[in-house]
Amino acid sequence: MEPILLFPDPPPPELAQALDLSGYPWKAASDELAASRIEPESGWGGAIICAYLDPERAFALCRSLRKRDVPLEPLLLLVNGTQLGDLELRDDLYDDFCLAPFHPRELEARLKHLYWNTGAGTRPELVEYGELVLNLETYQAAIGGAPLDLTYMEYELLKFLSSNPGKVFTRETLLSRVWGYEYYGGARTVDVHIRRLRAKLGEHHANLIQTVRSVGYRFGQSRWGS
Amino acid sequence: MERQQDYVLRTVEERGVRLIRLWFTDVLGQLKSVAISPAELENAFEEGLHFDGSVIDGFSRVQESDVLAKPDPNTFEILPWGKGSEISGRMFCDILNHDDTPFEGDPRQVLKRNLDKAHDRGFSFMTAPEMEFFYFAEGDPSKSLVPLDSGSYFDLTTADVASDLRTRTLLVLEAMGIPVEYSFHEDAPSQHEIDLRYTDALTMADNIMTFRLIVKEIAMEQGVFASFMPKPLAGVQGSGMHTHMSLFEGDENAFHEPGDPFGLSKVARGFIAGLLHHAPEITAVTNQLVNSYKRLIAGYEAPVYVTWARNNQSALVRVPVTKRGKQSSTRIEYRSPDPACNPYLAYSVMLAAGLKGIEGGYELPPEAAANVFELTPEQRAAEGIRPLPQSLSESLDVMENSELVAEALGEHIFEWFLRNKRAEWADYKAQVTQFELDRYLPAW
Repeated sequence: MEPILLFPDPPPPELAQALDLSGYPWKAASDELAASRIEPESGWGGAIICAYLDPERAFALCRSLRKRDVPLEPLLLLVNGTQLGDLELRDDLYDDFCLAPFHPRELEARLKHLYWNTGAGTRPELVEYGELVLNLETYQAAIGGAPLDLTYMEYELLKFLSSNPGKVFTRETLLSRVWGYEYYGGARTVDVHIRRLRAKLGEHHANLIQTVRSVGYRFGQSRWGS
Repeated sequence: MERQQDYVLRTVEERGVRLIRLWFTDVLGQLKSVAISPAELENAFEEGLHFDGSVIDGFSRVQESDVLAKPDPNTFEILPWGKGSEISGRMFCDILNHDDTPFEGDPRQVLKRNLDKAHDRGFSFMTAPEMEFFYFAEGDPSKSLVPLDSGSYFDLTTADVASDLRTRTLLVLEAMGIPVEYSFHEDAPSQHEIDLRYTDALTMADNIMTFRLIVKEIAMEQGVFASFMPKPLAGVQGSGMHTHMSLFEGDENAFHEPGDPFGLSKVARGFIAGLLHHAPEITAVTNQLVNSYKRLIAGYEAPVYVTWARNNQSALVRVPVTKRGKQSSTRIEYRSPDPACNPYLAYSVMLAAGLKGIEGGYELPPEAAANVFELTPEQRAAEGIRPLPQSLSESLDVMENSELVAEALGEHIFEWFLRNKRAEWADYKAQVTQFELDRYLPAW
């Protein structure tokens, strides 16, 4: 698995030891800049932030990690007993917390549960946009909790579009990226499938896929808000 | 292919699909279905499903009758109807010989072969049919037909039943990925029309098969009978399947020519000329029932003569006026086919005729001026206007001599079709009808 980001740098020795013993790789950083400099190519496997050592910088780091395009998760916060009040209104910044001083077995159990819950390796990969959820592992799509019955090509097209929200794609690009093979319908196939997708998304969500006049299609809102 | 199959297998598991219906079409255009359980699905993908072809119309051969049905994972759809928790899915199949070569009696592969030919020339063939049909109170042929909204039967509820039926049908169609363009009540009592949005001809032929089933299923749910018979009631309009067609070259509509007074390209002119030239030869396929020819008569907006025109409901080929800036919608409408045809075969021969016109550089005859029906036979002859075949028998005679149709359908289907339809005509001819009794018994 990818290493876990630890704060601060150097981390408390008991934390490093607990992770080493339970087999979690880690790297430490003292701020967001350092964290992104040493970040593995495929991203962090998670983060453990000791908020009891330097609360202000710790929470700032949490915030920046969570505000990324792909928010970093899971994020485990270590706090001491006097800080529990600080957790209020910060629920979006962490996935779980653990009281310091911590028991190594508790830390391990919490990490295990977090990875089961949110861990990249064990949790299926999802593409989410508003009410739309695509589960890339089971090939299932749902909108507002209701499953969408899609054909293979409809699913692939929706996956491609929703993975790149706000971007405009020409029919040729979509044909070569999504179909990638010769098809009886040619470039017009894209229009036909977009229409079918809109029909299946239902009236209420059909405008998730926008037609960009004389260019092609865009999923979701434009980056420039138009 | 692997990923597509994986997608289907996974969806079947995730959605708790209990039954997978494998669909294919016989030569006469009837939908055939074999249901398998999810456990058998993987094997069906890998090896195909063996069955005895001799029980299917047009599938039997002299030497070997066993064939394989191989599901096309691209066509997997969950069926949006059925009882409660019984979720089932469907896939169209290609029929193969044991050596994995396409089975020559499989209409779907006939269309694929013809589309490949168009594709070799850089063309994608797009079609959009207007499906007409009737709702009747019952489907029992021994009783006289009662249209749903003829007044007496459903007196108070007529409007409700028909509009409920239609709303539900449209919802199910959309759920099956078959978008609808228009839906309206036709001129005849209880006749309806639903226009399907254009797509490539193979998908459209699959869609037509699905469409006919959906319309009938939904009607049956409400205790009503839906019929695609071309002319179920004498004295009112029959049901047609006018088909809009266009060829695309990549993203461009190959039928469109900005400078042309009709907006038609050389490709379009050749295509129309080909259709007109070969129209009598392909009519047995586009209008395959004895009853089909009772629709193709004067006075009911059905074509009778081989003509083309822009705005003339009597023409065989109509060129709808396209709006400015809507070049991609340039298309032609072929008006003779009826909804009881085999869509795979009908689209095969229509495409073959059009392509032949393009290749052979056929000259497009002048546009039919006025209403052809108002001309005298002499005037029509002077203008070189030919009629379409007047009966199934006549159609078969013309088809039998057609190289174009033989090549488009392949020898196996060509011969079987002629043989089967000749027998149908012979059965019909042996009947003594009510018409004859009414007319001749008192007089003779």
